[in-house]
Amino acid sequence: MALLRTLVAKPWIWSFLGALLVWLATISFTGGYGGGGMVTAALSLAVFTVIVGVGQMFVITLGPGNVDLSLPANIGLASAVAMKVMGGSDSMIVVGLLAALACGAAIGAVNYLLIWALRIPPIIATLSASFIIQSIDISYGRGLQIKPPPGFADFANWQILGIPVLAILTVLFTIAAAIALQRMIYGRSVLAIGQNIRAAWLAGVNVGRTRFLTYTLSGALGGIDGALLAGYFRGANVDIGNEYLLASIAVVVIGGTSVAGGKANVPGVWGAALFLVLLLTMLNTFGVSAGVRLLLTGLIIVGVITVAGGEKALR
Amino acid sequence: MTAIAPGTTPSSSPRSSAARARLLRSLLPALSLALVLLAIAWLNPRAISYFGFSLMLNLAIPIALATIAQMFVIAGNELDLSIGTFVGFVGCVTATWLKDAPLLGVVVLLGSIGVYALLGALIHLRNLPSIVVTLGMSFVWQGLAILVLPKPGGKAPDWLLGLMAFKPPFIPFPIIAALVIAAVVHFGLMRTSYGVILRGSGGNPAALRRAGWSLLRTKIVLFALTGLFGVLSGMALIGITTSADANIGNGYTLLAIAGVILGGGEFVGGRVSPIGAVLGALTLALAASPLLTFMHIPPDWQVAANGAILIIVLAARVLISRRER
Repeated sequence: MALLRTLVAKPWIWSFLGALLVWLATISFTGGYGGGGMVTAALSLAVFTVIVGVGQMFVITLGPGNVDLSLPANIGLASAVAMKVMGGSDSMIVVGLLAALACGAAIGAVNYLLIWALRIPPIIATLSASFIIQSIDISYGRGLQIKPPPGFADFANWQILGIPVLAILTVLFTIAAAIALQRMIYGRSVLAIGQNIRAAWLAGVNVGRTRFLTYTLSGALGGIDGALLAGYFRGANVDIGNEYLLASIAVVVIGGTSVAGGKANVPGVWGAALFLVLLLTMLNTFGVSAGVRLLLTGLIIVGVITVAGGEKALR
Repeated sequence: MTAIAPGTTPSSSPRSSAARARLLRSLLPALSLALVLLAIAWLNPRAISYFGFSLMLNLAIPIALATIAQMFVIAGNELDLSIGTFVGFVGCVTATWLKDAPLLGVVVLLGSIGVYALLGALIHLRNLPSIVVTLGMSFVWQGLAILVLPKPGGKAPDWLLGLMAFKPPFIPFPIIAALVIAAVVHFGLMRTSYGVILRGSGGNPAALRRAGWSLLRTKIVLFALTGLFGVLSGMALIGITTSADANIGNGYTLLAIAGVILGGGEFVGGRVSPIGAVLGALTLALAASPLLTFMHIPPDWQVAANGAILIIVLAARVLISRRER
């Protein structure tokens, strides 16, 4: 009973409950058929949302107005860079991943440079940056033969006993992110800045460096996500990151992170990502048309935010 | 200092450099537009003609209307990330129901403005982040647009086609339309007493509440106005393109935000300028494609040009603001 009570008190439990509910609804529709395969598929797709979601979570935790709108463009460009550097050969996989990581980190650093030098809200800074990144991607990606090396595509799709290896690695990564957030000076600084930037500054937190690191981290995660996506879907394209603008923000908010900043929740990102992916699977299983699917996705997100919300607005 | 419309603030104390900086700052949107026009005139003098402007500013009316729509939510310290897909949805309704069953079309469009008003109420009552709510709504509008018009097509009502093809003497229609839009909204938001209340709801909500005004009502009115101008933008767009597509307005979300900021709007504090917003929209409309074409820059870089202009103008504003202190 005590265990149950502590569980209910956790803000992330609701996103997992939602995911479970959607899963049960789907398998009751199919009569129990394909339940396991659905979990496998949901895990492999949720990975990509979790990776950018964690980056976005650190950014949003910095406080009101902080959000990274350049993630979709970032993912698109990094996926093209990774595939170009790998050039279809297995020996270049690590170099390609590093290139995507560097590309994403550079975008994050530029984002913060704009925020800092022009003293503009992060929304506008990341938006302007994303315009430019998008154009670079369109012009760079044109006419490129963008296929991943077979070894990398196999790795991104590799499963052990129905569990995607990428999902296991991402779980390890999120545990590390949770430790960084709660137990390391960097994470505590992020939380402190989100709670009260002035108090954090007076207490000796290096506000500028922490914000710089956070935007760079978010960019780097976007970069690595782009490379993995291109591997998983066996090809890169300009639009590959488009859906991750809504997804990255939605999983953070649904997962129980405060949009007012200063309160982050790592497990919730996983629950919310699984919820969103399973929701799409459910709507596909029910056989609804693309229009109805978009409509219901939007309504459910607005509904969940309405129920879960109630804190100070993001901006 | 909330009125930052160009030309309306002749500085009262000419000696203070702060006042001069403020004036310079309020002229920035007009200066950016003039700069883009000069560049076009220098690259291709023939473009500066009745025909040239009609062509170059072809899509300026819907962009300006969408920018004004976005300006209203920004005046209330919120942000609408769904305005682009909303314009697309309105376009689809305009090209189908408004032509075939005008009554149904009108009801649906008025209803969609009502949905915007409800969103304003919801965001205020539940204290929700407008970014997330409107991102969710962008999916709703896109889904509805696809349901209304699954394949690109439809046709604009004849009266709308006639209106948008209007060719007044001497001054091209887009310029007249931009002037009218700017003047009407400027009067409503900057010169009427309720306009001051609306801007105040973004500038100092606490003071407004203590003075007895309903913040719920201001938010509902601001969102309803956004819906109204979104509807006008979608209809104007279809009047020009003659047929619709569910994705037709997707680019407008970011363009509209950029236009407001370019026009001297600030993200917080109810500092917006309708005239500036229209000028910002015109600048973006001109800089995005005609200028690049004349400079022989491939269309790949169109989006980047918008981003670059935004960054340059914001940098100029920082330099000016530094003197304002």
